[in-house]
Amino acid sequence: MSAELEKQVLELQKKLEQMKPGASDKLSMIVFSGDLDKLLASLIIATGAVAMGLKVVMFFTFWGTSALRAPEKKVRGKNFMSKMFGFMLPKGTAKLKLSKMNMAGMGTAMMKSLMKKKNVASPEQMFEIAGQLGVQIYVCEMSMDLMGFKLEEMINYPNLKSCGVATFLAEAKDSKIQLFI
Amino acid sequence: MSNEIQVEKVLDFKGLPCPMPVVKISQEINNVEVGQVVEVHTTDPGSLSDFPAWASTSGNEIVKTDQSDDVIKIYVKRLK
Repeated sequence: MSAELEKQVLELQKKLEQMKPGASDKLSMIVFSGDLDKLLASLIIATGAVAMGLKVVMFFTFWGTSALRAPEKKVRGKNFMSKMFGFMLPKGTAKLKLSKMNMAGMGTAMMKSLMKKKNVASPEQMFEIAGQLGVQIYVCEMSMDLMGFKLEEMINYPNLKSCGVATFLAEAKDSKIQLFI
Repeated sequence: MSNEIQVEKVLDFKGLPCPMPVVKISQEINNVEVGQVVEVHTTDPGSLSDFPAWASTSGNEIVKTDQSDDVIKIYVKRLK
């Protein structure tokens, strides 16, 4: 009798295991774009999501990695190609451009002055807020390697880590919301 | 007189655009007790739909909104 009961309990436990919700209150976001407007949108969504009670994880990959470069940091020991990439790609959020209406920088400058006037937080300020709110940021290791960036030249952000695709997928699989920006 | 809302705290979010009003209320609501009401002053019209959305997700209550002035007043009651 007790063996029968034990079997039933085990079966029930198995069923309960399967009933576990697959996704938690989490937002996983890929920031692929290195455009100012898209970065701003992703940071607004990230901070807003924390306010809505979500855990937020951001993955910066490809062009997005430029946004995390700290303008004041210099890293030695780069080869020629890495140096060239480093020179050609924006170093930090202040150098990012709009995805549309850039008009040789004029559009971006106009947008920035409007943002200031309307009290819209700059990406730099948004990163600070995101850090205070506990938004986790990962940088794609392969993108950094391709472009010759190193983790040491990235902004001072709490718990900033590099990762690969599996880290993102593990987080995304467990998230109610996933975004690609 | 009986329907006068007892306000515990007034928060000035004037001039702050999206997403700051929602980010700030989500932090400030923890500074009052459950059952108490905070009065938020905002100039962001988006807050009119954002605050109810935030409240329903976070499990709090918008008691009243008042947009008779240039400054929008939103009364938020902490429920948990």
